[in-house]
Amino acid sequence: MTILVGYVPSALGEAALRAAVEQARFRDESLLVVNTSRGDAYADPRLAPEADLERVVRELTAAGVPHAVRQLVRGRDAAEEIVEIVESEQISLVVIGIRHRTPVGKLIMGSSAQEILLRVPCPVLAVKAH
Amino acid sequence: MDNLGNLLDGFANVLTPMNLLISLLGVTIGTAVGVLPGIGPAMTVALLLPVTYGMEPTQAFILFAGIFYGGMYGGSTTSILLNTPGESSSVVTAIEGNKMAKAGRAAQALATAAIGSFIAGTIATVLLVVAIPPVVAFAVSLGSPDYFALMLLAFVSVTAVLGASRIRGLAALLLGLVIGVIGIDQSGQQRLTLGIPQLADGIDVVVVAVGIFAVGEALWIAAHLRRKSGEVIPVGQPWMGREDWKRSWKPWLRGTAFGFPFGAVPAGGAEIPTFLSYVTEKKLSKHPEQFGKGAIEGVAGPEAANNASAAGTLVPMLAIGLPTNATAAVMLAAFEGYGIQPGPLLFSRESSLVWTLIASLFIGNLLLLVLNLPLAPAWARLLRIPRPYLYAGILFFASMGAYAVNAQPFDLFLLLILGLLGFGMRRFGLPVLPMIVGIILGPRAELHGRRALQLSGGELHGLLGGWVSWVIYTVVAVVLLWPLIGRFLVRPVRERLVTS
Repeated sequence: MTILVGYVPSALGEAALRAAVEQARFRDESLLVVNTSRGDAYADPRLAPEADLERVVRELTAAGVPHAVRQLVRGRDAAEEIVEIVESEQISLVVIGIRHRTPVGKLIMGSSAQEILLRVPCPVLAVKAH
Repeated sequence: MDNLGNLLDGFANVLTPMNLLISLLGVTIGTAVGVLPGIGPAMTVALLLPVTYGMEPTQAFILFAGIFYGGMYGGSTTSILLNTPGESSSVVTAIEGNKMAKAGRAAQALATAAIGSFIAGTIATVLLVVAIPPVVAFAVSLGSPDYFALMLLAFVSVTAVLGASRIRGLAALLLGLVIGVIGIDQSGQQRLTLGIPQLADGIDVVVVAVGIFAVGEALWIAAHLRRKSGEVIPVGQPWMGREDWKRSWKPWLRGTAFGFPFGAVPAGGAEIPTFLSYVTEKKLSKHPEQFGKGAIEGVAGPEAANNASAAGTLVPMLAIGLPTNATAAVMLAAFEGYGIQPGPLLFSRESSLVWTLIASLFIGNLLLLVLNLPLAPAWARLLRIPRPYLYAGILFFASMGAYAVNAQPFDLFLLLILGLLGFGMRRFGLPVLPMIVGIILGPRAELHGRRALQLSGGELHGLLGGWVSWVIYTVVAVVLLWPLIGRFLVRPVRERLVTS
């Protein structure tokens, strides 16, 4: 079985990654780091730069956790991508970062976290940034 | 000193709360569309044309002038932080600007671009005030044959000087001229109306401009939506050190000197002067080894040049009624929408409007500096808007505008057809500028051509007026025949020099 972590290049993403590493060690499972972007804006702050992903790989190697990193840019929401991976692969746990959203912000932009929490068939660990 | 008085009156008119607000609105919209690649001032002015028909002409032009100047500022932010030019006028800025940003000098690059734009914009607007009266005095003395020749020169230079291919430029010009003649001509004949009554009045310029710029661009983006986002380099407050000032001020002034005259001749606005400025700075720099790695001169010069060229563009537009780039062409269409005849008589008939417009350029330029220098990082956040949302909004505005001009559904079909035409032109690499110039200048060229021929009783020599038209026709001939001249005259001479 594998633990899936939704990674974004921010404090939130780092918090989720740390929690996921902890869980992977604890359960003795491998880690799948997923970073996605719809890729339809000129710039997306949630798309991890290559240097960032390389650093993640280095850290995971140093931590001794078996891992894989996947970056998906194909015009779909983060929630859609993660739900699909969970449904088609052997995933035991999903780790995501969550933050406070204003009702208006949620109305306009939707909430990826809520989508994932409600739709993923396996348990979800929701982490806040410190 | 009469003009100074007029200009001061203009300032008095601009400095009302309402006009200041409109100027602020214009420069804000202008900066935003400048930041966003693919959306430029020409498209924006076209989209806003129907909205502004309810406004005072003066206020509408303050708005348009703000958008025009603002676009030149915003483009540099995207060039520097994303390495994608926000505007065609800031293509060159991306070369050094993005290298500077990658080396951690984004703040200095943004600062030299904004301050350089301000200085160049202010100097060039002063030059505009100085240059316009003699140009108007000259233009008043011209007759119909001279105007006809002048417009012919504009057609030839936008097609032959710009772009990679003359054939494509000519094809685009012909498309524009054909669309321009649709409707009932001056003798009452129906031309190319295909028996459709709605076409008898001709196609409204708003529909054409919005169709080609907005719908065409939206279709193009929809067909080529690249599923890959770039990376905006994070940056704090723009600032410059003493060394940066020392290295920037000369390029600013040289850039202004390149930009203003090139903006004023019909050679397509900012592309040529920005490039020339870049090459010059590279040659004159004391740090040539830094070029290609992020030299501040390579940002300062071109950014000054593109703002100066924007002011230069307004000289022939206001004084003669001759557009030298796409935005000026759409603004001329707006003059006609208000029933104001562009040309040298504008200054005597609409003196207050023109001088208020010019005064608003000074104000707008100052507002732009205030808006762009501290807020550049905030503007870069616009790049995070998903393009589907952006273009859905543009298509909505485009359809609404096209429907609003005549309130007939027929215009929506026309809009779609013209949008497809715009898409096809991009697909086959046809430049848009010759077409827009053809549509807008075509009917006026016809008017002057007819007048000249009527005076001579239909004899062709009527097209040759005074010495002005002779000079212009010579220039036209040289431009058109340049490939042949190059082949049969210049090259043999050069070869002979080499062998001897």
